[in-house]
Amino acid sequence: MSRTPFVIRFLTATPKSGWVALAAFAALTLGLLPALHLLVPADSVFHVSAYAITLIGKIMCYAIVAVAMDLIWGYAGILSLGHGLFFAIGGYAFGMYLMRQIGRDGSYQSDLPDFMVFLDWKELPWYWGLSDSFAWTLALVLIVPALIAWIFGFFAFRSRIKGVYFSIITQALTFAAMLLFFRNETGFGGNNGFTDFKRILGHSITAPEMRVTLFTLSAAMLMATLLLGRYLVTSKFGRVLKAVRDAESRVMFIGYNPLHYKLAIWTLSAMLCAVAGALYVPQVGIINPGEMSPANSIEIAIWVAVGGRATLIGPVIGAAIVNLSKSFFTQAFPEYWLFFLGALFVGVTLWLPDGVVGLWRKWRGSKA
Amino acid sequence: MNDMGHIVAEEVDLSHNVILYLDAISVSFDGFKALNKLSLTIDAGELRCIIGPNGAGKTTMMDVITGKTRPDRGKAFFGQTIDLLRLSEPEIAHAGIGRKFQKPTIFENLTVFENLELAMKTDKRARTSLFAWLDDAGRDKVADTLKQIRLDHEADRAAGLLSHGQKQWLEIGMLLMQDPKLLLLDEPVAGMTDDETERTGELFKSLAGKHSLVVVEHDMAFIAQLGGKVTVLHEGSMLAEGDLATVQADPRVIEVYLGR
Repeated sequence: MSRTPFVIRFLTATPKSGWVALAAFAALTLGLLPALHLLVPADSVFHVSAYAITLIGKIMCYAIVAVAMDLIWGYAGILSLGHGLFFAIGGYAFGMYLMRQIGRDGSYQSDLPDFMVFLDWKELPWYWGLSDSFAWTLALVLIVPALIAWIFGFFAFRSRIKGVYFSIITQALTFAAMLLFFRNETGFGGNNGFTDFKRILGHSITAPEMRVTLFTLSAAMLMATLLLGRYLVTSKFGRVLKAVRDAESRVMFIGYNPLHYKLAIWTLSAMLCAVAGALYVPQVGIINPGEMSPANSIEIAIWVAVGGRATLIGPVIGAAIVNLSKSFFTQAFPEYWLFFLGALFVGVTLWLPDGVVGLWRKWRGSKA
Repeated sequence: MNDMGHIVAEEVDLSHNVILYLDAISVSFDGFKALNKLSLTIDAGELRCIIGPNGAGKTTMMDVITGKTRPDRGKAFFGQTIDLLRLSEPEIAHAGIGRKFQKPTIFENLTVFENLELAMKTDKRARTSLFAWLDDAGRDKVADTLKQIRLDHEADRAAGLLSHGQKQWLEIGMLLMQDPKLLLLDEPVAGMTDDETERTGELFKSLAGKHSLVVVEHDMAFIAQLGGKVTVLHEGSMLAEGDLATVQADPRVIEVYLGR
């Protein structure tokens, strides 16, 4: 057998059934839903509302985060309870660009973002220097979280911090960042964060075409994340990660250094979260330090647990189930949402250790 | 210290026909002396058995050799030139020392084939693993090892589903895939049937010569079958050394084993 080209190996990592599902998903999110939103008049029963497009777009961003979480938790056994931080950093990095794009259309008609005028600042802090460039913003969305994740991961993994200790430290990390971002002096709008966005690359952010563009980009990013994830977990790299999860000492004694494997998947996972955050912020129109709250990060873990760990597709399903129930509950019975979320988590832990996907496999197995 | 997964290991220097030197190694845990000035040499190609009561320091000795525990004092050399006390666990593995744990440590959620594949001697850096591809030679090597450890019919089973004895064999197979110069085997036949134990003994005897083996065991029949030199450890130091009959006749050994 000769060496198969990389592209072929990448594409065949996802099985046929996966490609069929992806094609159906692509037809829906890149074709049908955008067409029903843009082309069908608003009074028709077939019209898809702006609310629905934004809600689904938002959930697809969450799904990217869930897949990123599955890569480290499901496959490498590292439970991060601070992944909301990387999501928020991506969101803030893109939010800075959106704030600059407001230009002089803010309440104070100043070149500076409104909150800076309010604080009586006369010029932009140095770290806002690159925020008027779209290209630099995209680069920073990737570079900043990657650096933070790499440095944090390097020290944590080198010190062989594992299990619940690692989870607690990540929880503390996102909490500390939240406190930092709450301060007005930090220069990111304090507890109000960023909002009132007007445009991207000169185009209105509220136009239906922009909404559909962000929606399709989120869908494409989710599909790309799934393909990349599938390749990674079926490669030898992925097998070493599973080996680290099962018996890390054995991995070391057969000559692998787990540090580099963990660091690579950890940093990649953080970058995927940041891209999701950058796609999320223009769709929902706001980013504030609440995104860094410890509860948000815990919720990410719940999405993955509900859908099924180490399955990649499970977390997508879990993110969709939990967030669709969330938008239903917070409208219908707002005071009961947290009880429902808690009950869901307890239920999944007790009866569905492998989540929805595990249930599906069991059901198919018992039929066969 | 280079702590990448890939180390261009220097060849082990066997010019004095000795593969492992331990010189006055001491390790203490909170005042308890797990090893007390332990000195030991293993010849190249030798099959050495190590016995001793619980707490004699057998596992701690293996921890020192494989870099898991750093001694308070003493020297440990692999061949003439490789200072084990300066290397990390993966580096020691690359230098050519393989270790089997007391409790079988395998990757339960991977298949038997994948367990062996990961153990194979190759470039083990993360960026190489991203694009790694198992070639025909690698496949053949896994197949050969599967036959050697009699798991060729279980290749695609999850390793966690194997019997205890089979898990022990798989772990031995993983060591062989690394192509180590020195194998450290901590109670390799624990939990095996008599039949499995005997076949393990045959396997070890066939490996000696090409590899050096250090076997820690309690099973005297198995040690008798292996037939090599025996070292008795007691309270972290060497108590006696020689062939099995000699050490079994040694009054100090009898006293340690039977109590005073």
